[in-house]
Amino acid sequence: MAMALWKGNEAIAEAAVRAGIEAFFGYPITPQTELLEYMSERLPELGRVFLQAESELAAINMVYGAGCGGAHAMTSSSSPGISLMTEGMSYIFASEVPAVVVDVMRGGPGLGNIQPSQSDYFQLTRAAGHGDLHPIVLAPSTVQEAVDLMYDAVPLAQEYRTLVILAADGSLGQMMEPAWMPPMRSLPAESERPTWATRGAAGRPKRIITSLYLNEDDLEALNIRLQAKLRTIQESEQRWEEVETADADVLLVAFGSVGRICGTVVREARARGFKVGLYRPITLWPFPTPRLRELAGQMRQILVTEMNAGQMLDDVRLAVEGRCPIGFYGRTGGVIPFPDEILEALVDLVDAPEAAPARVSGEAP
Amino acid sequence: MVKGMVVIDVDRCKGCGLCIAVCPQGILHMSTDQFNARGYRPVELHDPAQKCTGCTLCALMCPDVALKVYRSDPRRVQV
Amino acid sequence: MNNGNGNGHAPSVAPEIGTVVYRRPAALSPAYTHYCPGCTHGIIHRLIAEAIDELGIRERALLVTPVGCSVLMYNYFELDAVEAAHGRAPAMATGLKRSQPDKVVFTYQGDGDLASIGAAEIIHAANRGENITVFFINNAVYGMTSGQMAPTTLLGQVTTSTPHGRDAHMHGYPMRAAELIAGLPGACYVVRRSVYDVRTVRQARKAVITAFKTQMAGLGFSMVEFLSSCPTNWRLSPSDALAWIRDNMEPYFPLGDYKVADAVHKLSG
Repeated sequence: MAMALWKGNEAIAEAAVRAGIEAFFGYPITPQTELLEYMSERLPELGRVFLQAESELAAINMVYGAGCGGAHAMTSSSSPGISLMTEGMSYIFASEVPAVVVDVMRGGPGLGNIQPSQSDYFQLTRAAGHGDLHPIVLAPSTVQEAVDLMYDAVPLAQEYRTLVILAADGSLGQMMEPAWMPPMRSLPAESERPTWATRGAAGRPKRIITSLYLNEDDLEALNIRLQAKLRTIQESEQRWEEVETADADVLLVAFGSVGRICGTVVREARARGFKVGLYRPITLWPFPTPRLRELAGQMRQILVTEMNAGQMLDDVRLAVEGRCPIGFYGRTGGVIPFPDEILEALVDLVDAPEAAPARVSGEAP
Repeated sequence: MVKGMVVIDVDRCKGCGLCIAVCPQGILHMSTDQFNARGYRPVELHDPAQKCTGCTLCALMCPDVALKVYRSDPRRVQV
Repeated sequence: MNNGNGNGHAPSVAPEIGTVVYRRPAALSPAYTHYCPGCTHGIIHRLIAEAIDELGIRERALLVTPVGCSVLMYNYFELDAVEAAHGRAPAMATGLKRSQPDKVVFTYQGDGDLASIGAAEIIHAANRGENITVFFINNAVYGMTSGQMAPTTLLGQVTTSTPHGRDAHMHGYPMRAAELIAGLPGACYVVRRSVYDVRTVRQARKAVITAFKTQMAGLGFSMVEFLSSCPTNWRLSPSDALAWIRDNMEPYFPLGDYKVADAVHKLSG
């Protein structure tokens, strides 16, 4: 297919359709509503299921229901709506029903605003629902990458029978960029539907999908199995990008749109003589810890920069384990940092030989 | 007179008494000297005069499907 | 003949005693239920299973279970089943039915599940005319959590969270779900029945069958509200609890047909 100009939200929707999504249930919320609107046209066109639910709470439960029956189902929302979905996401994860959720992050907390942010990092990687759970979290930085990651998200969810979250932000959802679309996958035939799916007990024993295990030994056994699955995912599904890390002694760590902005920061810093590299996690969970830990050994400083008050920062600290000082530069409230302010923070960090302060927009160091 | 019989699955019965209240022949009684394996007093059929007609009203009210009803003249359809 | 010796064996009977005219429906599993003695869940489960057997839909029925005393209902039916979060069953049922329109999808919900936390989900499922069937078990109290006020608790009724009786000023009025849902244009068959005596049990059974037939004919949303008992939390014997339904609940929640679309009238039986 030819390259075309795509709006991020719509590109993600089309990629989902080609990836094999058969059912979309969602609710309007800025800045992701175009995804829902695109699906309202595209899915019925293909004879698939689209429904605007009465709330995000309902939408995630519709995804859960359809997913129990083996349908490839998804929803999309933005930060406040994701908060509403955490109940459903916990049930989905515990029941091992595959599902895909898109979070187009906006300024928070609370009602916040509609500008881009990255402040759901903790929620998506740590608190996507109550209980011991982690979804696979994928963070694209360009529209093309969003397309490619969405195309992978659907089979990942099915393969691991788990929840996969695509963590975009409002700028990615709204921007228009050229992108290539992957080919349309065919949908499974009835005989190819999973053997755990509730599709009517015809000629076989009944199947039950539940997350209720009243006996504590049974629930512990479930958790042990889920944790083992998560460990497999951690070992096999880490993704990241490195830019100019080979000779670097200062490392920028950033994800999503900020990771993209840091491409410019690296270029400008290098032009000023700093040996800067960029480590851009693409899977926020599983966080690509081992390679970061290795890289930290060659660094004098690390600067973490994100559109929040310091969330991925914690995962970086865990990975680095004190091997080198870590500084922080963040913007909150839906503000997107410019390359020059990140560069300035980097320069300050390099100039300060002691452990660097963490600085969030406007705070005195 | 159509003859009927009720067979009680003793361990299903929870002694709720709804069948006793509805039996038109008054031939179901709560046991006074028995407990079932789950600790309930089950219902008992005392029908020396063979008054049971297999009307199935007891089974209609039973929440635990503890009653199986037989009729020796099954002309009437099951309710 | 009965087996009164409490040794737990199903008695064997000589074949000459007659033909079976009542036995456990095939759609109901042989498992012992955990419900309290005399709980009307047992009667209603049975009626639903009998209807499933009569209509021959066991192999394509999908059950969505609620949170409440009937949370383990999937153990009592021989059907594929899924467990919903509290109140969300109509949303899960929507997801299932829209992606598998050939299946018969039904929910089973108590008064907290449907009328409290799930109020939005049930209204919108009915409003969309979702082609699902909802069984609403109204016993005017939260049973599983040991007896708190429900949206359907009667004025003056003492519960563990209304120790001085429900007061309209503080707690609002009991909610009439059948009337509310019947007012939505997408609702196709909405009725209120009960199971407190033989007559009402028979009428309830017919309503269950009509509700399923409504769905099978693709006509739209169907709901049967059952006035039910909770002997334990009402502190009444099972028989007295049935009488309480008739004497106290029925005057406020009248039995009857609240919405019957023309197309439903035309269905046989």
